[in-house]
Amino acid sequence: MNFNNVSKRIEKIKFALLSPDEIRKMSQVRVITPDTYDDDGYPIERGLMDLHMGVIEPGLKCATCGGKVDECPGHFGHIELAMPVVHIGFIKEIKTMLDSACKSCGRIKLTDDEINTYRKTVNNMDFKTDDPEIIDLTLKKITEIAAQRNICPHCNAESPKVILDKPTTFREGGIKITPKEIRERLERIPDDDLLFFGLNKETARPEWMVLAVLPVPPIDVRPSITLETGERSEDDLTHKLVDIIRISQRLRESRDNGSPQLIIEDLWDLLQYHTTTYFDNQTAGIPPARHRSGRALKTLVQRLKGKEGRFRANLSGKRVNFSSRSVISPEPFLSMNEVGIPEVAARELTVPVLVNSFNIDKIKEWIKRGATPRTSDGKYLAGVNYLIRPDGRRIKVTDQNAEINSGRVDIGWTIERQMTEGDTVLFNRQPSLHRMSMMAHTVRVLPGLTFRFNLADCTPYNADFDGDEMNLHVIQGEESRAEARIIMKVQEQILSPRFGGPIIGAIHDHITSLFLLTHKNPLYTEDETLHMISYINIDKMPEPVIMNNKKYYHGRDIFSLILPEGLNIKFKSHLCAGSNGKCEYEDTIEDSYVVINDGKLIHGTIDDEAVGPFSGIIVDKIFRKFGPEVAAKFVDNVTRLAVGFLSYRGFSTGIKDYDIPKDAISRIEEISNETLDKINKLVEAFRSGHLQQLPGRSMDDTLEVEILGETGSVRDESGKIASSYLGLNDPSVIMARSGARAKMLNIAEVAGMVGQQSVRGGRLNRGYANRTLSHFRENDLGAYARGFIKSSYRSGLNPTEYFFHSIGGREGLVDIAVRTSRSGYMQRRLINAFEDLKVDPERRVQDTIGSIVQFKYGEDGIDPTRSDEGETVDVDYVVYDEFGDEK
Amino acid sequence: MSKFNVLKHEIVPEHHLVPVDDEMSVLKKLNITKDNLPKISINDPTIKALEEIHGKLDPGRIIKIIRKSPTAGYYEYYRVIVKSVI
Repeated sequence: MNFNNVSKRIEKIKFALLSPDEIRKMSQVRVITPDTYDDDGYPIERGLMDLHMGVIEPGLKCATCGGKVDECPGHFGHIELAMPVVHIGFIKEIKTMLDSACKSCGRIKLTDDEINTYRKTVNNMDFKTDDPEIIDLTLKKITEIAAQRNICPHCNAESPKVILDKPTTFREGGIKITPKEIRERLERIPDDDLLFFGLNKETARPEWMVLAVLPVPPIDVRPSITLETGERSEDDLTHKLVDIIRISQRLRESRDNGSPQLIIEDLWDLLQYHTTTYFDNQTAGIPPARHRSGRALKTLVQRLKGKEGRFRANLSGKRVNFSSRSVISPEPFLSMNEVGIPEVAARELTVPVLVNSFNIDKIKEWIKRGATPRTSDGKYLAGVNYLIRPDGRRIKVTDQNAEINSGRVDIGWTIERQMTEGDTVLFNRQPSLHRMSMMAHTVRVLPGLTFRFNLADCTPYNADFDGDEMNLHVIQGEESRAEARIIMKVQEQILSPRFGGPIIGAIHDHITSLFLLTHKNPLYTEDETLHMISYINIDKMPEPVIMNNKKYYHGRDIFSLILPEGLNIKFKSHLCAGSNGKCEYEDTIEDSYVVINDGKLIHGTIDDEAVGPFSGIIVDKIFRKFGPEVAAKFVDNVTRLAVGFLSYRGFSTGIKDYDIPKDAISRIEEISNETLDKINKLVEAFRSGHLQQLPGRSMDDTLEVEILGETGSVRDESGKIASSYLGLNDPSVIMARSGARAKMLNIAEVAGMVGQQSVRGGRLNRGYANRTLSHFRENDLGAYARGFIKSSYRSGLNPTEYFFHSIGGREGLVDIAVRTSRSGYMQRRLINAFEDLKVDPERRVQDTIGSIVQFKYGEDGIDPTRSDEGETVDVDYVVYDEFGDEK
Repeated sequence: MSKFNVLKHEIVPEHHLVPVDDEMSVLKKLNITKDNLPKISINDPTIKALEEIHGKLDPGRIIKIIRKSPTAGYYEYYRVIVKSVI
């Protein structure tokens, strides 16, 4: 244990203004030359790179402290400005003081009575504990009363109104007040009146807000860099300081040799501009100072502010070592707890291992292998990259020194071992929107160059494989490794805290496959069954059905192999989705109702509702009853069995899935013509004024609502007609009905009719004057003129329809772009507000001070992750699981 | 004209004054000290309405608020009256 770094508590932070005297006192050199280095590359004395302000070049010594590059912390210098300039950071404060203090006597323009009462109010405030916003407000009220007064109650002098001409000029009756004059006025404000401006008379004098002396930051803050060409490139701050010194010098010369007032004022303004941009180069109202290349300079405020500023880029978030990033791709033969890592990454990323008496022999073996060891048949073996001696020195292991280093290593050393199968790593995909965006995986070293993982993990990461990249972090400590394994492992994250259900489950082809395997309970030959079972790690066969002296196996029995014993569930499958209450499969309970009894699928179809992410009833119940391990094993088996079955059966879709008979097409044509007639009649009624107005709507609205209703119902009708010819032997319908991908609506759009396009919830109406496109007459309210598409995707869209479709599609894209940026910022604010709230052992929510936010977490003390989709306990299921169907 | 009473409004939850004698037992039940309780300003309209019933209330008194909760049905919340800062 290191007891030198005893943690300390900050008792208070004091904010104060730097006085000119203080700036001079802390300065080691007065900078007078705007140059940096001489021709030999040696820092010029009294220049901006003076050795008194620190060293950045090896070999030189600091003229102040004598320290070398890493020893000297840097020291301040200062510039004596020829004329004072206002500090851009204090403009607001200067304004209130000029407004509220008398211009001739300097007293705050309050009567003695007022001063006495307000002094009491201010003294009663506790600047340490009271709400700073309230303090600000109170002071503002007081200064405002003083500012309203034109005649000073103390000396009867009249003060005209002071106007701030942004950003840095103050005017009084149209005449500019020079910074010098401002400084003099501020000097006149007595110490006793400072209280009302929120200043502490011990630490701040208002005239210090006008700069007469400028501190020059240490060289370490603004190091110059040497380019490959040997050319020196100075920091932006140094550039700015050069400007300031140069102008200050010219101003001093002009002033001293009696140049015209106009020239002096111009130079003074220029000095004000340079000091202003030195502090903040994004000041509103003045053009930002630019580099020769045209790039805006990054000055003091820019160094701190925003996403790239010191706080967000370097303090709240840091770059890390032992991490890696690569393109991702799927690998169905990995477990959901694993991640496949390319060999190059595995050799570069290391895990530290402390050498002790138990592992020293093994570690010596590892070191002996060299930097890129392999087994005799060419398989990857972990080597050792570095040895770290107890004194902290690192030794790189190479093939040449492996033998010697193996002998040198001893107890107490640390070695950095390359990654190997079984290591725990953190895997992450951005944007990290929820905790499942970063989960712990177990390493598998694989050939190739991509990171690979099981498809069940796509949903929590929101990943696909169209070029997505993900990050990987190798855990370096034992405690963190243990923590990651216990709480961050993928299997521990199956249930989402978002809705209290599984977020991990089978997707796309897996669902199609299991649907085909279990729907109508088909029979498979022994060979087929063996092929399927070979994909899962199970060594028993289901009960066969003997027919014609041959063994056959039911699909549902094959699926039952991967269900854990003791599982009892009953639920409606996805086939029934959308049918409120009465399912069209209601009579064939065989297919619509999934019944699992003691780990055997009695009947029902396995689909999205059973094993998919977000719904996954089977996964959910297994997790709750048998725990994460069994649930993970089940999801692994589901994905493998599904891939095994589909690779044998085959599955494909194409345009011919949407072929419907001629009379279906003509029926759709018929109903779309009927609708067009109805719409024409509505428009006619509207024009003649016979349209029945809907309550709470204007006539225009009524027409739109009626037409939208018509177009909506004709799309549904045509969809019904089209899908009545497309059954469950049609691949596209299988995908939609099983919940694997797409909805029946999409199929209706392809086979039947695309329907009405809309922008902002209404029919299209923008474009040219009183019409959408020049192909239509003005004020045409008919269906075609307002974005109705009677074609199907399969038949193809005509040019105007195509254009309308693009308009509708564009809205969706814009919506997404707007939504993501806005919700991202909203989330950032929420995270910052909630980050240090915690739930204590009594389930209260507290902040860091111990103040209570909620007396019971979520008001009911329920962990949403363990809840049943938000409800505390699913009592019905517990009873069903225990007693079955009997009442 | 009768004065409007905020406590009678349907979206304002029930506010009750905790008697001084019960304060200790409430704090004990919550296992908390008074300064860690959530706060309510003495200028809050509900406090003004309670003052109509109980007479002047001093900072430091505890208010019990019973409100409807989507998760827990009814939920008891406690706040301590704090002096206004202005």
